[in-house]
Amino acid sequence: MSEMMTGAEMVVRALQDQGVEHLFGYPGGAVLPIYDAIFQQDKVKHVLVRHEQGAVHAAEGYARSGAGKVGCVLVTSGPGATNAVTGLTDALLDSIPVVVITGQVPTHLIGSDAFQECDTVGITRSCTKHNYLVKSIHDLPRILHEAFYVAANGRPGPVVIDIPKDIQFATGAYSRPRDNQHKTYRPVVKGDLNKIKAAVELIAGAKRPVFYTGGGVINSGPHASALLRELARLTGFPVTSTLMGLGAFPAADKQWLGMLGMHGTYEANLAMHDCDVMIAIGARFDDRITGRIDAFSPRSKKIHIDIDPSSINKNVKVDIGIIGDCAHVLEDMVRIWRETSPQVDKSALAAWWTQIEGWRGRRSLAYKHSDTIIKPQYALERLHALTKDRNTYITTEVGQHQMWAAQYLHFQEPNRWMTSGGLGTMGYGLPAAIGVQMKHPDALVIDVAGEASILMNMQEMSTAVQYRLPVKIFILNNEYMGMVRQWQELLHGGRYSESYSQSLPDFVKLAEAYGGHGIRCDDPAKLDAAIMEMIETPGPVIFDCHVAKEENCFPMIPSGKAHNEMILPDFEGDTGEIIDAKGKQLV
Amino acid sequence: MSKPATHYPNAPKSQPTARHTLAVIVDNEPGVLARIAGLFSGRGYNIESLTVSETEHEKHLSRITVVTSGTANVIDQIKAHLDRLVPVHRVVDLTEQGEAIERELALIKVVGKGEQRVEAMRLASAFGARVLDASLTSFVFELTGATEEIERFIKTMTAVGLTEVSRTGIAAMSRGPESM
Repeated sequence: MSEMMTGAEMVVRALQDQGVEHLFGYPGGAVLPIYDAIFQQDKVKHVLVRHEQGAVHAAEGYARSGAGKVGCVLVTSGPGATNAVTGLTDALLDSIPVVVITGQVPTHLIGSDAFQECDTVGITRSCTKHNYLVKSIHDLPRILHEAFYVAANGRPGPVVIDIPKDIQFATGAYSRPRDNQHKTYRPVVKGDLNKIKAAVELIAGAKRPVFYTGGGVINSGPHASALLRELARLTGFPVTSTLMGLGAFPAADKQWLGMLGMHGTYEANLAMHDCDVMIAIGARFDDRITGRIDAFSPRSKKIHIDIDPSSINKNVKVDIGIIGDCAHVLEDMVRIWRETSPQVDKSALAAWWTQIEGWRGRRSLAYKHSDTIIKPQYALERLHALTKDRNTYITTEVGQHQMWAAQYLHFQEPNRWMTSGGLGTMGYGLPAAIGVQMKHPDALVIDVAGEASILMNMQEMSTAVQYRLPVKIFILNNEYMGMVRQWQELLHGGRYSESYSQSLPDFVKLAEAYGGHGIRCDDPAKLDAAIMEMIETPGPVIFDCHVAKEENCFPMIPSGKAHNEMILPDFEGDTGEIIDAKGKQLV
Repeated sequence: MSKPATHYPNAPKSQPTARHTLAVIVDNEPGVLARIAGLFSGRGYNIESLTVSETEHEKHLSRITVVTSGTANVIDQIKAHLDRLVPVHRVVDLTEQGEAIERELALIKVVGKGEQRVEAMRLASAFGARVLDASLTSFVFELTGATEEIERFIKTMTAVGLTEVSRTGIAAMSRGPESM
């Protein structure tokens, strides 16, 4: 006998049954019945954000730091839904499992341009993995459970459930989640064994191999990271990773080459360019990784493991495409490797490592230190040194600071690094940090920010203070939208059109105005003490770190260039001459 | 450096493109057509013809027949993207399976008098078109056939007073005993 209840009660019950502990949201007219149901229970804790975009990013941070948890959001119709669109798109591009429940005007008013009405399923169709408009109370329980299944299974992503207000008031029979297979959506998780065997054979015969890993390894769960480490140990091959995959392989390991791509290390990019076998695991060959595509790793055989069949052969043609979940495929690979114990070409591998060590010796992350001004790289090196032995989680905004964070903060474990990779959403870091801190109340959660990005979702400081979430906002303040300025230097003759951060607030006073603590530092000698003050302050902190204003983020593969045409930090010449006319047209 | 640099995939102009007919079985739920049409427009693929109708009423299943063109790589991408949509049950490339049967239906209005009208009637019967409506100055013909046949008919009838065309788009099915 199933229980009778209202639609609003069903929503809350389904969240409980799906194991949701925290819900990020903002109330409004079209979701009042659900908020009333939330008020009358205490299993699902609601976190009131200050802007709906913040709610989705917070849910993303929550999901990413929680290894397999689905983030959950509740917003109202109209502007509530449209404000969530950036977060949804961000979650789609970074494959983050999020369920967003939106209120809708009552069924009979849909299409009448009612107050706070918008075509939510129409608007979000292309920025969600799937979405639903609930038209009958009888469909609601199934849709609620299905949404969690779709968000978390296969390639994860955001799912929207749009619930008209009359459905929230209507009464129907609730049903609990079932283990039944979904009637259509059943992604393949086990890889094709014949292809895996062929891949192991190719790997065993490699002379200049490289593992190129991505966010798919993180999404596949901690077990996938453990298997990647095991496979790397068994083979002795070098490992690099995309921005999204940092932490899956420990940065302290000798086989680690650092991040690859546009701001990746010299050794990682040259290993990609010169390898003879590339093993791509949960990475999608995006343009920030490949650089000039017709010169991308020209002499390699490529193996690609991905759960999304549409990722295989999308940007780069591969020789062996294995569709499956990273952990499942890696498990088979490790097992077959152990069973067959193939003989790797030790002398070729030794020569390959010698070459890689030569590239490493180029020290592509070196920078000129200063005793008078804080170099942003130095600030992050110190931040890393002072936080690495703690239970630390890092989020970022988007821009130079994000790339420096990826270069100078070294991650040893998965799910410790939350950044907006695909969409590149400025304003991601603070709400994401709030989500992470909600999941890990005792951890040290730091949002590495720029002074421009942080202002995009600054209002969430209020959320942090309300819920006593001691997030630390570490602003590398160079008074520029640094990456825009860098591109203007490289591409537009140093004409810094609108990229100067004018009329900045006093971040120390701003922190205090919100009820947090503010710290300012512009002296390299005082930096360590200031960072320690930040770490030891019990509540939320805004750290305004004044850094060198016109520092460029190097190394860099300029637009339209190949992996072996990087700009290194010791480049001396006219930076405005590096990129040709065709390259200037790219983004 | 020889060629102009770009870090985007080369435009696939050097590769041959081919026309493919895909049959897609979907749940007949609101928005499913928008989802499929949006996939094509959002990713820059072509739709040459699109035909949709519910084919199994009890199961609420619709069959969508899409005719598209692209390089082999693009066609593979289209199929992979269609297949990962939640309400999609199956995607079958009828072109890849072999010579599929493809038919469409056209309604054609011809307006004219005297010798032109007689000629229109003669041509239509040569094509095997049926007369659905006739007035003293017009005919409405129905013709079912392969796309090329319909095209030929329309081109021919243009000379004898064609004023309006309505076409269903392509319905397709594989030959032989196998069903999808």
